[in-house]
Amino acid sequence: MTEIFGVPTQALFGQLLIGLINGAFYAMLSLGLAVIFGLLNIINFTHGAQYMMGAFCAWFLLQYLGVGYWWALLIAPLAVGAIGVAIERTMLARLYKLDHLYGLLLTFGLALIIQGVFTNYFGSSGLPYQLPQEFAGAYNLSFMFLPKYRAWVIAVSLVVCLGTWYVIERTKLGSYLRAATENAALVQAFGINVPRMITLTYGFGVGLAAFAGVMAAPIYQVNPQMGANLIIVVFAVVVIGGMGSILGSIITGFGLGVIEGLTKVFYPEASNTVIFIIMAIVLLIKPSGLFGRAR
Amino acid sequence: MPDPTSPAARVPFGETERTTAIAFALMVALFAVAPVVVYPVFLMNVLCMALFACAFNLLIGFGGLLSFGHAMFLGMAGYVCAHAAKVWGLPPEAAIALGTAASALLGLVTGLLAIRSQGIYFAMITLALAQMVYFFCLQAPFTHGEDGIQSVPRGKLFAVLDLNNIWVLYYVVLAIFVGAFLLIYRTVHSPFGQVLKAIRENEPRAISLGYDADRYKLLAFVLSAALSGLAGATKAIVFQLASLTDVHWTMSGEVVLMTLLGGMGTIFGPVAGALVIVGLQNYLAPLGQWVTVITGAIFVVCVLAFRRGIVGELAAWWAKRRA
Amino acid sequence: MKAIRFSLTALTLVVAASAAQAQISDGVIKIGVLSDMSSLYTDLAGAGSVAAARMAVEDSGIEKRGYKVEIVSADHQNKPDVGSAITRQWYDVDKVDVIVDTPNSGVALAVNQITRDKGKAFLVSGAASSDLTGKACSPNTIHWTYDTWMLANGTGSSIVKTGGDTWFFLTADYAFGLALERDTEAVVLKNGGKVLGKVRHPLNTQDFSSFLLQAQASKAKIIGLANAGGDTTNSIKQAAEFGIVKGGQNLAGLLVFLTDIHALGLPTAQGLIVTNTFYWDSNDQTRAFAKRFAERDKGIYPTMIHAGVYSALTHYLKAVEALKSDDGTKVIAKMKETPTDDPLFGKGSIRVDGRKIHPAYLVEVKKPSESKGPWDYYKVRATIPADQAFRPLKDGECPLVK
Repeated sequence: MTEIFGVPTQALFGQLLIGLINGAFYAMLSLGLAVIFGLLNIINFTHGAQYMMGAFCAWFLLQYLGVGYWWALLIAPLAVGAIGVAIERTMLARLYKLDHLYGLLLTFGLALIIQGVFTNYFGSSGLPYQLPQEFAGAYNLSFMFLPKYRAWVIAVSLVVCLGTWYVIERTKLGSYLRAATENAALVQAFGINVPRMITLTYGFGVGLAAFAGVMAAPIYQVNPQMGANLIIVVFAVVVIGGMGSILGSIITGFGLGVIEGLTKVFYPEASNTVIFIIMAIVLLIKPSGLFGRAR
Repeated sequence: MPDPTSPAARVPFGETERTTAIAFALMVALFAVAPVVVYPVFLMNVLCMALFACAFNLLIGFGGLLSFGHAMFLGMAGYVCAHAAKVWGLPPEAAIALGTAASALLGLVTGLLAIRSQGIYFAMITLALAQMVYFFCLQAPFTHGEDGIQSVPRGKLFAVLDLNNIWVLYYVVLAIFVGAFLLIYRTVHSPFGQVLKAIRENEPRAISLGYDADRYKLLAFVLSAALSGLAGATKAIVFQLASLTDVHWTMSGEVVLMTLLGGMGTIFGPVAGALVIVGLQNYLAPLGQWVTVITGAIFVVCVLAFRRGIVGELAAWWAKRRA
Repeated sequence: MKAIRFSLTALTLVVAASAAQAQISDGVIKIGVLSDMSSLYTDLAGAGSVAAARMAVEDSGIEKRGYKVEIVSADHQNKPDVGSAITRQWYDVDKVDVIVDTPNSGVALAVNQITRDKGKAFLVSGAASSDLTGKACSPNTIHWTYDTWMLANGTGSSIVKTGGDTWFFLTADYAFGLALERDTEAVVLKNGGKVLGKVRHPLNTQDFSSFLLQAQASKAKIIGLANAGGDTTNSIKQAAEFGIVKGGQNLAGLLVFLTDIHALGLPTAQGLIVTNTFYWDSNDQTRAFAKRFAERDKGIYPTMIHAGVYSALTHYLKAVEALKSDDGTKVIAKMKETPTDDPLFGKGSIRVDGRKIHPAYLVEVKKPSESKGPWDYYKVRATIPADQAFRPLKDGECPLVK
């Protein structure tokens, strides 16, 4: 068997694929952050908590209403997105005139509240969410054993990410959005309801986080802390990609997933620091991130 | 980033020197007699966190830079100090000095990376750098991972003062706090502090006036890191322990909260904020996870309705009454 | 008439009380349950440990004999500094006499030191580090339920003896995980097994698939999980997804609790091998206890940590009554002298280094079809007798052992 640095090539392919799957989650989460940041100029610290709420929402639906995975994929993002809309209308909207850092602080506080409440009611060891029947089993690729659900994760997140990119960069609605980022007053003057657009954008970004949460529920343990640690890594992904850059967040998300996957093979001890190290290097060379415009 | 609409938020507790001096004397007197009534170990915790918040405030309140990774300085100094005192057997003053120096060095390295950016970018980058430091502390053998460095000897300060006596320890900690507090006050009111404020208000103008903005910011960052380190090292001696708590990002969040609640950019705000938050955590501990919820709620309320903080509001009320 | 009888009983109680309390500091035996009430260990210790403590006090009947007992509790949040601050305050200000439970070795080691300095008593049930009866042993501490040496030894040796002779370790990369890996590896090698590889993952890893693929490729019969809490449940869950158990490899959880199995569900956790010192479905007495316990703790069945809190306090209260004193150092000495006997752990003893001695059980998680109802999760594969379950006294480097 051929080997690269002492690791069989076939095993390496497997690890690359796994990295790509993890990257799919980074991409979906950082995409939501990028969309929100692009228009609202707010770093949404609540993103991790909203991802967790998505997973919990799927669990509630199954446990109490007998509603399965497929409906949860639709209902959870809508429900959590609606909560996001309420948060934006009642709280975030009051902060737009102030320094953007206040938005960061507010969402940080909200994240603490949500996580605290969920831990109080559901403990911390987590709740089981069984894999939907359709995905039982796995594909036997010659170099690895790929669970069907993981293949699904990759496919769906690619569709979601590219779809979002298309809407924002290539449609009329998207052009309004981008225009509002540049000059809200002017877009408003053209008769477009900018505050409503901002509200819906926030709702959409949050819904994306919840969607990722539902996707995660069958493979990761559903617990109140699940988003807390992930979100800081995703922040780093966003910083590397260039804040507010849609395509940047998608590419960096997948790319860093792969790099992290490789680190897990060659030097696992560094697998949770590697992203931050890359971030430091990128910032030294290009402070606005790989795909970011200098602000 | 204090609220630009409120003049009071900029003014450290009335601008007059006299008011500040009276308030300062009052604060020191209160802390000097408090241990008679209040549990001294709790008060020492308040003093350490207050010093940490003051150091943080130096950066945000006067330099306009929101660091979301200040825990790395607190924690790293704690580890270095604890290791020096326990493993190398250094006396407490040397251990604390070494811890402070380590944080200053860390501040220099991270500062060089971070000050190239501003606003939210600065916050994210410091957060990510702190996370790196956290993982380093989790894995490095000398920190003992989850267990932390335990049973750190308190020793004798300058070979004379026995810190195992709780009263001696308390007044030593109070002295460190007062010294650092005065240093921060001097810095803010020195020409250096004025330039810093000018950069915060309008960086291009300050640069055009010939000030090297990056160098001033870096200096402020290193000073803030060193003072945070002093707080962390002192805390390690008080609790005879250095642990991961002090490097975790929740600690970075807490110090932001203390400063925000007390009043950003005010001299006494961070102290008031630290007193409230540490008190809350201490006396509400039986409520378990609800403490997190309450902490979060305070954050939200402060941001939405109470941006000047306790001291800022008091100062505004005072100014209004006199007007 | 009823009223008079009541007041008479009350009067006798008061008289008895003043006699008994003469030797008790402040007239109250104050028990502090220091536990994790909010994160990783909430379900396996937490509020359940408070319930267990309360049950121990009630069942002992000590209050009917005129003693006043008070239970306080606090959340150490798994932070040694928070834990040590609470401990100091409890001893100095609140006059707590004994601290129990304390999952998380870091916190327990801090409490251990302070308890020794202040001459109080510390009954450990939740923490794992075998240092508590080794290098850090103290005349004021008893380590009750389990420890890392016992987990490594119980799981390691029994599995090798039953045919699992090739191992791959999945280790959390910090002090606790490394110690667990080191101890287990030594046991595996000693019993003639082989370690084919190991991979160290960072604490709180979300995705284990990469590490699991490496474990799968090693073709080891046993994958030893030297991690805890969320890391363990996540690795078990994803191992099921990647068909590792179906592929003929077995997982050995080195630190897994009943509540973890409950969180995972049997379809995912089946076949997992774990070492425990208490299982609620062992005999009529444990079943009765479990039923009463579940009513008080949100339907959660007792883990070995809950049982340990109950058992340790039962023995503590007996010692206090025998001495008519709650002086920490004296009570712990008395506890070590007296053989233990309680409904949950049966008869046992406490060694001079503070180690409580009782048998351990190697259990396998049932298949969903074998389980008769909720919380019916384990079948016992082997019993490790009390004299072999824990580290020999001479190997611990405890300074109290001469």
